Amino acid sequence: MAVTADHAIPNRSPLIAFLSRWLLTTNHKEIGTLYLWLSFTLFFIAGAMAMVIRLELFQPGIQFAEPLFYNQMVTMHGLIMVFGVVMPGFVGLANWLLPMMIGAPDMALPRLNNFSFWILPFAFTLLISSLFMEGGAPNFGWTFYAPLSTTYGPPSTDFFILGVHLMGISSVLGAINIIVTIFNLRVEGMTLMKMPLFVWTWLITAFLLVMVMPVLAGAVTMMLTDRHFGTSFFSAVGGGDPVLFQHVFWFFGHPEVYILILPGFGIASQIIPTFARKKLFGYHSMVYATVSIAILSFLVWGHHMFTTGMPLAAELFVMYATMLIAVPTGVKVFNWVATMWRGSMTFETPMLFAIGFVILFTIGGFSGLMLALVPADFQYHDTFFVVAHFHYVLYPGAIFGIMSAVYYWLPKWTGNMYDERLGKLHFWTAIVAVNMTFFPMHFLGLAGMPRRIVDYSLQFADFNMVASIGAGMLGLTQVLFLYIVIKTIRGGDKATSRVWESAEGLEWTIPSPAPLHTFSAPPQFPIPEEAYQHD
Amino acid sequence: MTSLINRLCRGLILSTLLAFYNTAFAAAMDMRPGVTDISQRILQIHHYSLAICVVMGVLVFGTMFYSMYAHRRSKHPKPADFHESMLAEIVWTAVPFLILIGLAIPATSALREIEDNSNADLTVLITSSQWKWHYQYLDADFGYYSNMSTPTEQINNLETKSKNYILEVDNALVLPTSKKVRFLTTSDDVIHSWWVPDFAVKQDAIPGYINEAWTRIEVPGLFRGQCAELCGKDHAYMPIEVEVLPEEEFDQWILDQLLAIELASGQAVADRAKTWTLAELMDIGQTVFIDNCATCHEADGSGQGSTYPALAGGEIPTGDMSTHIERVMDGAVDTEMQAWAPQLSDLELASVITYERNAFGNDLGDIVQPLTIFESR
Amino acid sequence: MTERRNNQRKHIILLSALAVGMVGFSFALVPLYAIFCEVTGLNGKKYEREISAEPSVLQVSEREVTIQFLAQVGRGMPWEFRPTESKLKVRLGEVHLTSYYARNRADQAVTGQAVPSVSPAYASNFLHKLECFCFTQQQLEAGEDQQMALRFYIDAELPEDISMLTLSYSLFQVPDVEVASLALASN
Repeated sequence: MAVTADHAIPNRSPLIAFLSRWLLTTNHKEIGTLYLWLSFTLFFIAGAMAMVIRLELFQPGIQFAEPLFYNQMVTMHGLIMVFGVVMPGFVGLANWLLPMMIGAPDMALPRLNNFSFWILPFAFTLLISSLFMEGGAPNFGWTFYAPLSTTYGPPSTDFFILGVHLMGISSVLGAINIIVTIFNLRVEGMTLMKMPLFVWTWLITAFLLVMVMPVLAGAVTMMLTDRHFGTSFFSAVGGGDPVLFQHVFWFFGHPEVYILILPGFGIASQIIPTFARKKLFGYHSMVYATVSIAILSFLVWGHHMFTTGMPLAAELFVMYATMLIAVPTGVKVFNWVATMWRGSMTFETPMLFAIGFVILFTIGGFSGLMLALVPADFQYHDTFFVVAHFHYVLYPGAIFGIMSAVYYWLPKWTGNMYDERLGKLHFWTAIVAVNMTFFPMHFLGLAGMPRRIVDYSLQFADFNMVASIGAGMLGLTQVLFLYIVIKTIRGGDKATSRVWESAEGLEWTIPSPAPLHTFSAPPQFPIPEEAYQHD
Repeated sequence: MTSLINRLCRGLILSTLLAFYNTAFAAAMDMRPGVTDISQRILQIHHYSLAICVVMGVLVFGTMFYSMYAHRRSKHPKPADFHESMLAEIVWTAVPFLILIGLAIPATSALREIEDNSNADLTVLITSSQWKWHYQYLDADFGYYSNMSTPTEQINNLETKSKNYILEVDNALVLPTSKKVRFLTTSDDVIHSWWVPDFAVKQDAIPGYINEAWTRIEVPGLFRGQCAELCGKDHAYMPIEVEVLPEEEFDQWILDQLLAIELASGQAVADRAKTWTLAELMDIGQTVFIDNCATCHEADGSGQGSTYPALAGGEIPTGDMSTHIERVMDGAVDTEMQAWAPQLSDLELASVITYERNAFGNDLGDIVQPLTIFESR
Repeated sequence: MTERRNNQRKHIILLSALAVGMVGFSFALVPLYAIFCEVTGLNGKKYEREISAEPSVLQVSEREVTIQFLAQVGRGMPWEFRPTESKLKVRLGEVHLTSYYARNRADQAVTGQAVPSVSPAYASNFLHKLECFCFTQQQLEAGEDQQMALRFYIDAELPEDISMLTLSYSLFQVPDVEVASLALASN
C-alpha cells in the first residue's frame, strides 16, 4: 500500500515538511489537487497571452505586439491551453474522482502518478522560458507545420520539442495508470456497464492518449532529426514532403481534439441527472456513442487538410466520415435533453455550467458539421470561422466542463459549499463574455478574415472590437472564479457527505471533505440508500 | 393621440433597425457571395447547411428551454423515472443520418466540379515566398512580383489608414473575364495559401510541390484576398489583388506588358553602360532597401535577433564583396534570406549592395556597378 | 490479490507495448505515405528515382495532350535553370526527348539535385521517364553549363479527363558534406 509522505516524515521544519509532502505525495487526491492548480495557473498565463492577442486585435494597425511577438503569443496560447490547461485539468479531475467513483483506495500505480505529474512543471517551465530566449519562443502556431517549424524555426524550437516529449511522456504514463486503475480496482459488482459515465469517458480518453501521444512524439522526433541530423522527412530537398508532417500531426491532432472533450461529456452526464433528479437517459447509447466517436476520430484527420491538394476520392471519404461523427454526437445531446425532460430541475452553478456546456458545445458542433463540407471548407478553412468553431468546443465546451466539475465536486474536496450567488454571477458573466468574444468571429471568418494575422483590414474593425471587449470581460470573470475557489477552500457552509440531494455515486458516500484515505475497505455496490446518510 | 404617435415612433425605430440589419449588418455577417459560379454554389451550400443547423438548434434548444421552464422543481416537483427508450435512440440516430445524406449530395456534386481542372484557357503559376506573390503567365511567358503597397507609416498608426489598408499591392494579378483560368501554386520557402474569397479559390502553396485550382470570373472588377496559411512574421501583410478585365482589354494588357519588358531591357543596357557615382547609388539603394529589406533587417540595419541578422557592422556587408553580392543575389539555403536576383534589376541590386556597404556606419567606400551584377548573372 | 497483481502487470505491459508500438507506427507512416502516394499519385511525385522500363511494344494512341515544363531554383542555389521548351504537344505512348538548361554562375563547383512534381497529381503514374537528370545528383564546375536530357513517354492509359500535365522541377543545392560522403561511398 502506498505510504504518503506526510505520515512518513515527522519532525521537519514546516517548509521542508510542506515541500516534501507535495513533492513526494503518492496520494491520488493530493496529486489531483496538484494537477488542478497547475492547470489553473497555466490557465491564467495562457489567458494573459490571449489578452495580448485581443489587445493587439482591438484595432487595425500595430499597437502592442510586433508581428513576431504576436505569432509567439498565438503559438504559446494554443500550446499551453491545449497541453497545459485542458489536459492536466481533466487528469486532475480523473485523479481526484476515478478512485472514489470506482471504490478504490488509490490509483493502481501511485508512484508513477507522482512522477507523471512532476514532469509537467518542468515541461512548461521549459516551454515558457523559451519566450526569453534569443530569437523568441516558437512562433509557428500550435500546429507547428513544417517547414516553418523545421527549416525556419527559431533556436527555441528544440526546447519546444523537448517540452512536447516531456508532456507526452507524462500523458501516456498518466493514461496507462488510469486504464490499469479502471480495469483492476473496480469494486466488486461494478461491471464495465455499471461504471459512472465520467469513468467511461475517461477510459476511452486514456486509450486515445496511449495511442496518439506517441505519434506526436514521433512527429517532433522527426522534426528534431530534420533540424539537426540531416534527415528530410518533411523537406522536398531530400525527397520528403511537408504535407507528410500534416498527416502525422493530424493523425495525432484529431483524436487529440476528442481527448479534450470526451471527459467533458462525462462530466455533463454526471451533473445533469443530479440536478434533473432523474437517471441519465440512454446510458448504454451514451457509452456506444462515445466509443464510436473515438473510433471515427482516427479516420478523419484529413479534414484539416482539404486545401493541401488532396485527391477527390480522399476528400469525399474524409468528408463523409467527418459528417458521420455528427450522428453519435447528436445522440449524446438528445440523451441529455431527454434526461432533463420531465425531471425536477434546479439550477445551481454546476447545472448552469453543464447546460451552458451542452448548448454552446452544440453550436460548436454545428459549425464543425459545416466545416466538414469540403466545398464550403475552401471558404472557411484557416479563417476566423475556424477560430470561432474550435473556441466554441473548447471554451464553453472543455473549460466550462471543467468549471462545472469544480463547482460540483468542490464541496466534496474542501468540505465547504461555494458561494452560490458568486457562482451564479460567474456563470452569467462568463456566458455573456464567451459569446461576445467568440460569436463575432464567425462573421469575421465568413467576411474573409484569415486566422493568425496580427493586423487586419478596416472592414473587420467593428467585430474585432466587440470580440476584444468580450475577451477582456471573460478574463476578468475568471479572476472571480479564482476568488470563489479560494473563498471556498478557506471556509463556507459545511457540506454534507452527499452534498447534492440526488447525487448518485460512491464518491457521495464518503464524508466531506473527503479524507485522505478512502475505501481502504471496499464499499458495497450497488450502493444501498443508507450509505449516503453519514450525517 | 400620444399613444398613436408613440406607436408610430416605435414602428419607425423598429423598421429602421430592421433595414439597418438587412443592409449593413447582414452583408457583414454572411459569407461573401463572390463572382464565380462556384462561389455562388458554395454560398448556397453554406446557407443550406446553416439553415439545417438553425432548425436543429431551434428544435433541440427549444425543447431544452421548454423543459427547463416547465420541469423546474417549483413547477414539477416529482421527476418522472423513465431513462431508456430503444425507439427514441433509433429515431435520433436515423433522422440525423438522413439529414446528413441530404447535405452530402450537393456538397459532393460541387466538389466534383471544383476538382475538375481540365480544359483551361490559360495558366498562371503562382509562386509564393515570404511575404509576396510571384505571378507567371505560362502562356505568354512572363511574370512579375506582387508586393503589398501599404506604407509602414499606416501600419504603425502614424498616417491615416487608406480604404484598402493592407489589401493593396503594387502589381495586381490581371485576369480576363469568362475564361477558365488554371492556377498552379508552389512556394520558395514555407507553406502559404493563395485565397481570394470572391472566387472561392483557396489553394496551399507548398515548397517543392505544385497544386492546381481554377476559376472562371464572369464580371470585371478588382478583387482582394490574403494569404491564409501562417507563414512567418509578415503573414498579415501578404495581400492578393486581382484585376479582372474584359477579354480584349486583357489581350491588350498582355501586349503592353511584353512591350514594357522590352523597354526595361533597353534601360538595363543603358544602366550598365554608365559608371555610377557613390552618391547616385546610395540614393537609389536607400529606396530599394526600405522597400525590400527593411521589413526584416530594419531601416537602420539593426536586424531582429539571429533570424534577421544586423547589417550594421554585419559580417557579410563589411566582408568580402563577391560573397556579399552572391548572398543578395542567390539568398541563403535554409534561412529566410531569399534570392533577389530574379526580383531586382542590375541597377537596383548594385545600388542596394552599395548602400549596405556604406550605410549604417559601415562606410567601406565600396561601389558596385550594375555591370558587375550583370556579369555575375 | 496476486491474481489482481498479475492482471495489473499484464495490463501495464500491454499498454506500454501499445504506446511504444504507436511511436513505431508514427515512423511507419513515412513509408506508408510513400506507398499510398505511389498508388494514388497523391503528391504528384513518384517515389521512384529509377528509370522506367523501356516499353517493349509501344502502344501509340491518337490522343494528344500538352505537357508543360517548369523550373524552380531553391534558395542559395547559384544556378540558372530552365526548361528549353516550355511546353510540348505529345501523342500518348510516343517517346519524346527534351531537356533543361543549367548553368553554374558561381566561381566554384556546385552539386544540385532536381526534385520533380507533377500536376494533376494522379497523372504522375502515367508519366514514364526513360532518362532524366533528376535520377542522380548533377555537378557543374564554376561557370559550366549543360543541357540536361529528359526522355519520357506518357502512358496511353492516361485518364480521359486530363488534357494538360505539368511537370515541375525544383532544383536544390546538395550540401558539400553530402557530396563528399557520397563520393566516399561510391569509392
